[in-house]
Amino acid sequence: MQATEARAPAATREMFYNEALGDALRLEMERDERVIVIGEDIAEHGGAFQVTAGLLDKFGPTRIRQTPISEIGIVGAAVGAALTGLRPVVELMYVDFAGLAMDQIVNQAAQNRFMFGGQARVPMVLRTQGGSGRGNAAQHSKSLEAWFAHIAGLKLVMPSTPADAKGLLTAAVRDNNPVIFLEHKLLYRTKGQVPEGEHLVPLGKADVKREGTDLTIVTWSREVLFSLDAAAKLAEDGIAAEVVDVRTLVPLDRETILGSVRKTHRLLVVHEAIKRGGYGAEIAAMVAEEAFDDLDAPPRRLAGLETPIPYAQHLETTVVPQVDDIVRVAKELVA
Amino acid sequence: MSGIDRATALALYRVMRTIRAFEERATQLFGENKIWGTIHSYAGEEAIAAGVCAHLRDEDWITSTHRGHGHCIAKGADLGKMFAELLGRETGYCRGRGGSMHIADTSKGNLGANGIVGGGIPIATGAALTAKQLGTDQVAVSVFGDGAVKQGTFHESLNLAAIWKLPAVYVCENNQYAESLPVKRAFAVDDIAKRAEGYGMPGMHVDGRDVRAVHAAAGEAVTRARAGKGPTFIVADSYRHEGHYYGDPRKYQTKDEIEGWRKQFDPIADARAWIIAAKLASAADLDAIDREIAAEIDRSVAWADQGPLASPIKLPEDVYASD
Repeated sequence: MQATEARAPAATREMFYNEALGDALRLEMERDERVIVIGEDIAEHGGAFQVTAGLLDKFGPTRIRQTPISEIGIVGAAVGAALTGLRPVVELMYVDFAGLAMDQIVNQAAQNRFMFGGQARVPMVLRTQGGSGRGNAAQHSKSLEAWFAHIAGLKLVMPSTPADAKGLLTAAVRDNNPVIFLEHKLLYRTKGQVPEGEHLVPLGKADVKREGTDLTIVTWSREVLFSLDAAAKLAEDGIAAEVVDVRTLVPLDRETILGSVRKTHRLLVVHEAIKRGGYGAEIAAMVAEEAFDDLDAPPRRLAGLETPIPYAQHLETTVVPQVDDIVRVAKELVA
Repeated sequence: MSGIDRATALALYRVMRTIRAFEERATQLFGENKIWGTIHSYAGEEAIAAGVCAHLRDEDWITSTHRGHGHCIAKGADLGKMFAELLGRETGYCRGRGGSMHIADTSKGNLGANGIVGGGIPIATGAALTAKQLGTDQVAVSVFGDGAVKQGTFHESLNLAAIWKLPAVYVCENNQYAESLPVKRAFAVDDIAKRAEGYGMPGMHVDGRDVRAVHAAAGEAVTRARAGKGPTFIVADSYRHEGHYYGDPRKYQTKDEIEGWRKQFDPIADARAWIIAAKLASAADLDAIDREIAAEIDRSVAWADQGPLASPIKLPEDVYASD
C-alpha cells in the first residue's frame, strides 16, 4: 500500500460527497483515456446531482458523452463499449429508472462473461442514486439494492461517506466487472475529509465506523449516518453499539460482520429499502447460519415499511427508519 | 452486373453451404437427443450472413441473435467448437455455459448470439462507439430479426448511432415471422427500411435471398461506416425454412406456404444457378465444395464428440473476472 508520511497520512481536504465522486472520475479519466462518462445531463449541466460538474471543460464532449433520454440505449452502449475496450461509467439519473435498462444490466452486462465461457470482460460502472427524504415520491425515491444483489455477475457498492465514495468509485472504475454504484440523493451534500490524489478503497471490505461491545448494527448508505447518530444516543444510556458499514454489498465482507457479532453477540441490520426480500435478510440469515451459537438474541431487521415511498414529508419519514427508531430497536435487542 | 469475381462467389457459396450443412446436422443431433435445450435454425437465411460478413475483418464486431449459428459461421467460427458447445463440452466456445443461444467468439469479433430479442442492438452500438472513441476504422454490425425492430432497443440505438455518426450497420433479417406473428400483423408500414429516414440515416431494402444483393448493400454500408460517414439500416427479406425453434408445430403457417416458400426462397439454389449461369464455376466445382463441407462437418462433430463434458468445478470462476 501507499507509504504514509511521518506525521500524517495522505493530505485530506473537506469535500462534499458529490465533489468526492467527481474527484474520483477526474483522476481516473486523467489516468486512463479508455474511461468515459456517459449519461443524461452530464455535460454543461454537470449531472442532476452535480457529480460531473467541470468535467466537460476538462475532457470534452467525446469523453463526457451526454445522451438523449434513452436508458436502455445508454446502458447497452456501455456494455458494448466495455466488451470492446473502453471503461465506461454510466450515470443513470435515478435508480428508479433502472427498470428501463434492466435487460442490459441483467441479461447482458452481468452474464456476458459467464455465458461466453469466460471469453469476455465487462469493465463498466453504473452510477446511480436512490433513497427517499426529498419529497420526490414513489418513482424517484426507491432503494433497490436487493434487485442487483440477486444477480450473479454484478458487484454492488453503496458508499456512505465522501471519502468512501471517492475510494470505492476509484476501485469500481478499475474493476473488470460490471459494478452497480448506488449513491444516495441526501448524501450528496454531506461533507467529510477526503484524501487528496489517488485514493482506493477495495471492493469487498466493510468498515467499522464506530466500535462497541453491546450490539452490532450492520448498515449501509444513508442509514450509516442515522446509525452513528443512534449509537451516540445509545452511549448516553450506557449502550455501546458497534456500527459496521458494509460499503460493498457484493462481494460482502462476511468476516468483518461475523467478527463483530462474535464480539457483541447481538445483530441489528438497518436499511432504508423495504424489509420484505431486502438485503438485510441475507445478512441476518448469513449470521444465523455462521454464528448462531454466538448470538444471545435473535437477529433483528429494521427496514422500510412495505409501501411505495409517499410524497408528504411526515409520511416519507414514517416509512423509512429514523434515528429514534434505531435507538428503540437497539434497546429492545439488548434488553 | 454484380461485379463479383470467382473467388468471392465461391467464398460466399462456401459460407452459405456450410451454414446449411451445420443446421442440418445440428437438427439431426437434436432429434437424436444429443443437444439439450433448444436450437433455432437459420436455414433459408444464409445469404444475409454470408453477404454481410464478407465485408468484415476479424477485428470488426457483430452482435447476433437467438438464431445465430449462421452469423457465427460467417464471421469465421470454428465448427468443431460450435458443435462442442451444443453438445455441452468443455471444448465448446462457451465451455457449456452458453449453448446455442449464447455462442460468442470474441477472437473473431463475434460479441455473441443473444437470447433477448433486440438485446444485441445497443451492444453493437457501444462497440461502434469504441471504434469512434479510439479512432480505429473498425465497424460494428448488429444483425437482428423483424421482431427486434419493434423493441425499444432498436429505436434508442439507431438514434444514438445517428446523432453520434457511429460506424455501425444495422441489418434486419425479415424472415416474415416474429416467432408466430407474421410481419403483416406487426407493422403498419409496408417497407420497414423507411424507418431509417426517421433516424436520419440511409435505409436500404434488399432481397435477402440474393446473396449478390445483400453483398452489394452491405458493402456500401460497411464502406460508409468505415469512412466515418455514419450508420446504415438494411432490411433483407428472407424466409425461415424451419419453425421458430426445433419442434415448432408451426400452427401459424399452412403446409402450402411452408413447402412453396421453402422452394421459392432458397438462397443456396439461387446462388448455384447464378454462379453456373455466370460461368464463375461449374456444377461439378460446386458439388466438390459441397463434399468438402460435408466432410468438414463430419470431422467437426467427431472432434466435438470426443471433448470432455463441461466441468462443473470451474463454474464460479467464470462469473467474475478476477484480474
